[in-house]
Formats: sequence, C-alpha cells, structure tokens
Amino acid sequence: MGWIKKIKESRVWKSYFREEYDDTSRGRTRRILSNVWFHIHPAKISKKAINPSYTLCLGGISFLLFIILTVSGILLMFYYVPDVNRAYDDMLDLETVVPFGIPLRNIHRWAAHGMIIAVVGHMCRVFFTGAYKPPREFNWVVGVSLLLLTLLLSFTGYLLPWDQLAYWAITVGTNIASYAPVVGPKIRFLLLGGNTVGQNALIRFYVLHVILLPTLMMLLMILHFWRVRKDGFSRGL
Amino acid sequence: MDDEIAHKSDRMSVSRRNFLRTIGWGSIVAFLSGSLLAVVRYLFPKVSYEPSPSFKVQTPEDYEIGTVVVDKPHKVFIVREENIIYALIAVCTHLGCTPRWFPDEGIFKCPCHGSRFYKNGINFYGPAPRPLDRAFITLAPDGRILIDTSKKFSSDGRSYGEGYLGDWKDPRSYLEV
Ligand code: HEM
Ligand code: FES
Repeated sequence: MGWIKKIKESRVWKSYFREEYDDTSRGRTRRILSNVWFHIHPAKISKKAINPSYTLCLGGISFLLFIILTVSGILLMFYYVPDVNRAYDDMLDLETVVPFGIPLRNIHRWAAHGMIIAVVGHMCRVFFTGAYKPPREFNWVVGVSLLLLTLLLSFTGYLLPWDQLAYWAITVGTNIASYAPVVGPKIRFLLLGGNTVGQNALIRFYVLHVILLPTLMMLLMILHFWRVRKDGFSRGL
Repeated sequence: MDDEIAHKSDRMSVSRRNFLRTIGWGSIVAFLSGSLLAVVRYLFPKVSYEPSPSFKVQTPEDYEIGTVVVDKPHKVFIVREENIIYALIAVCTHLGCTPRWFPDEGIFKCPCHGSRFYKNGINFYGPAPRPLDRAFITLAPDGRILIDTSKKFSSDGRSYGEGYLGDWKDPRSYLEV
C-alpha cells in the first residue's frame, strides 16, 4: 500500500492530520479527546486570541448568518414549490397571504447579502493579518471553497423566485459559465438540464440550493472549525 | 510459528493476503468510480421537451416588404427585405437575453445591458460583440417557410459554439423572393 503511505506523507494530509495515532491505550484515548464531534470547543483558549478587535468576529458572523439562512430557508420550503407554474405565485403568496411571510423572505434575502459581505470580510481579515501562512495554509484553501459555496448558494437561490429578474439573471449567469474553455457549454447544459432556463433548470437549482450545497457547506465548515481549533488563532494561544 | 509463516509469504512477490487485498480494494474502487460515472451520465438528459428548433411559418407572400415579424414562441425575428427574407435568432450575442423589436425606431434593443441592433441584426451600441445570428431558412415543399434555429450563420462566418454553418452569404441563411 505504497500510495496510502504517499498520501499520508503529502503536505495536504499533514496539514490536516499532524500526528500518527498509535494503537495503544493512550493513543485511543487521545483520539476520543481530540474528536471534533465530541469537543468542538477547545480545552483552553487565551483571552488575547479571541479579542474581537483582531478577528472582527467575521467568521463567527458568517456562521451565524448561515444558521439564520438555514432556519429561514427551511421555513420558506413549507410554502415554496419549485414548479414553473407555481413558484412565482408561491412567492406572491408569501408576500401577501402567508402570516409573517414578508419578514421571512426579507430575513433570508438580507442574510444572504450579509453572508457574502461577512465571508469576503473574513477573508480580507485573514489576509491582512497573515493568518493564512503555514501551518494554516490549507485552511485557507478550505476557506476559499467555503466562499465559492456561498456564492453558488446565492446564485442558485436567485433563480427560485422565478420572476423576470431571476430568469434573466440565470440566463446571463449560465451564459457566462459557457464561456469557460472546452467544458463551458457542457457545464451550462448540465446546470440547466437543457438549453434554456426551464423546469429542469428550476428543479436542479432548487436541489442544489436546499440540499447539496448546504450539506457540502456544513461538511467543509466542520473541517474548517476543527482545523482552527487545532491550530489555535494566529494571534497565538 | 504463525508469525514466521506470515513473514515468509510477505517476501513473495504476490502473497495471498496481498492478492486478496488488491482484489478487495480494487473492486471497491471500481464500483465507486463506475457509480460516479453513471451519476454524471444520469445528470445529462437524453430527451429534451423544449420546443423543436425546426418549425414552419407562413409563406413568403405573407410578409410585407420592409417589415419585421416577431415570432415569440420560436424566438426569431423574420425580416423581409426587398429581395430576401431571413430569420434573426432572438438571442442577444452578449449574454443571451431576448432583444426587443421597436418598430417606431426600427431597431432591436436588449433589456439586459442595453445592446442595440439595426433591423438587419448588426450591432451598433452596447456590449454585444457581434451581430445577431441568422437561422437556417428554406422553402418547404408545401410553400411555407421552414426555419431551423439549431443551424446558425454568423455575419463573419466564424463559429461561436455548436451548429454554426457559415456566413450571411451562404444561400441557406436567406431566402430569395
Ligand atoms: C440550508 C440552507 C438554505 C435553505 C434550506 C434555503 C432555502 C431557500 C428557499 C426555499 C428559497 C426560495 C424562497 C425565496 O426566494 O424567498 C431561497 C431563496 C434564496 N436563497 Fe436560500 N436557502 C438556504 C441557504 C442560503 C444561503 C447560504 C444563501 C446565500 C448566501 C442563500 C441565498 C438565497 C437567495 C439570494 C434567495 C432568493 C431570495 C429572494 O429572491 O427573495 N440561501 N432559499
Ligand atoms: S445580454 Fe443583451 S446586452 Fe447583455
């Protein structure tokens, strides 16, 4: 199994899994004690490291907004049906006849805008404080993936109201995607499930928006937080 | 004793354990990558329920000289000039919105980013990089005009994606009347 060894010796693996776990009583105990599922909170953390004037709490704000988006998004799903004949009317219903429908939509929309701002801000903070430098270099990579997922969630959510703005924005957006060299047109076809924005596109964007992308986002967030916890803040623990 | 046997077989080029392990992992990897390929293929639909790109409109006599007829369901503009008829595909060459025909001004304007085109499809304002494409056009045996928007003709004859057959001088891009 030479290739397993190669992977385990690679820079990427080592930046995540720093030490070999030995199969002894002590090693097994350590595995439980440092398990992210059981102990999301670090054993100790210095006052200096969580000083909000250093992190500006932008990562935390991004996470809070994601939770708000998940809760409000799940509530929207009770009324919203991704059918080209219904979606727009469901949206109007949310605005006119559903109790507290308007604030719910607004919360989801504003939190979406806010999350983009917070994630980009968080990235700037990490950049300007040099917190991306080794040993944290691959958490920067995870962070970039999280930013891309946030943008994709915004893009896929944008089609769902099925109004003029949504329809043409996705027409334009997927046409931009089709300018990618070689695979561009295929990507557009795959995203839309056809050549024009229609029912196939709506259901695809819906599934991506409410299931696939949020799940990926949560998995990457776990990895991201776990690594932050293991490495400590760059200000020093 | 057991240890010694294991030790010996380790030194053989392919021990039974290695052989079984390779088969085991190999079949798992083969199964997973096969499934992945199947999922990717599954996501590319084979059948489209979109309207057919090829359709018939009226006979050439039904179009008055100098008019532009907007065919909304098929997304084409049928332009009748003095000696020819051609069909412009109503897809903006910038990023794909549908330009709108303004009969009073005699031009097309795109609502998305403001591109403008003359009646003959040539762009003169805004971000559109080139004129609108023409669609394949011919006379069907029953005397009606047949148009196929999956076969395109760009003004300069270059290909901008799938289905480009030639330039505007190509006799399949207009109908002489
Ligand atoms: C688990 C998480 C989420 C679920 C279940 C969810 C669900 C939904 C649903 C059902 C809609 C359609 C209703 C509507 O348009 O008002 C929607 C719209 C939308 N979503 Fe999400 N969403 C989630 C996360 C996110 C995230 C993280 C973002 C962006 C950062 C986002 C951005 C949007 C946008 C921009 C719209 C269009 C809103 C509008 O036009 O009013 N969503 N979402
Ligand atoms: S899509 Fe027509 S101007 Fe941009």
